[in-house]
Amino acid sequence: MNGQPVPYMERSRLYYEAQGFTRAYTWAQFDDAPFSPMPKPLAEAKLVLVTTAALYDREASDPRYVASAPLNPPPERLYANDLSWDREATHMEDRGSYFPVAPLLAARADGRIGGLAARFHCVPTDYSKRRTREVDAPEILKRCREDAADIALLVPV
Amino acid sequence: MCHQTVSLVARHLEANGIPTVVLGSARDIVEHCGVARFAFLDFPLGNPCGKPGDATMQASVVDAALGLFDSAQAPRTTVPLPWRWENDEWRERYMQVSAENREELRRKGEQRRAERQALRDSGRVRQE
Repeated sequence: MNGQPVPYMERSRLYYEAQGFTRAYTWAQFDDAPFSPMPKPLAEAKLVLVTTAALYDREASDPRYVASAPLNPPPERLYANDLSWDREATHMEDRGSYFPVAPLLAARADGRIGGLAARFHCVPTDYSKRRTREVDAPEILKRCREDAADIALLVPV
Repeated sequence: MCHQTVSLVARHLEANGIPTVVLGSARDIVEHCGVARFAFLDFPLGNPCGKPGDATMQASVVDAALGLFDSAQAPRTTVPLPWRWENDEWRERYMQVSAENREELRRKGEQRRAERQALRDSGRVRQE
């Protein structure tokens, strides 16, 4: 697989099979993909940031919910200890490697984007696709509308 | 799982009139789900905005992702970003199953199932 993207779905299927899980996870798949054209030029659009990192150091067992916090200044640190990032290849000590607040503030200052929502949103990862689609995604939409955001940048860990 | 979660959220925002860009590193999961605009950084999971400690790269990665808002004309637009990790060893190693770790994984699975059952029994799970 020299230089090829990692087949994460296949890799995780084999990994959890080796752990004795007998039913393979069914990943979300759709034929269509909704598409909204830009309502205004990027230089006039207000952007909101959405991350899967968390505001506190969760236990894997903690129930988790949509949360929001001020973007500027952002929290001193975010947490991702419960997420499946590559612990052998890299680390998450530099917040800028997964939470792009500095480049976004610069983009606003330069006029590359029209504005930034005052807060960002954390969406919890969930094995339940139904819960993400029916509970968390509508909650994120509601908060984006409260922010009067025109566009959203979503950054998964 | 993070990539599936944001893909589902991005689809919901798009369906309700908010254009999105997903900036991530698990191409198969995002494309399997299907999103409007995807900036793909082919790095180990955890650093979708660029290498730790490299603020210049991070600024360039985010700028390239922002460019997708204007350039994408149709859904399922994936733009592979040009940056490369310093080696390819991580590609084979991540979630690898081998003769050496098979027994450890089996034990880990047993532990996970026991923990999940305990959570269900105690009601410490989301109810929605």
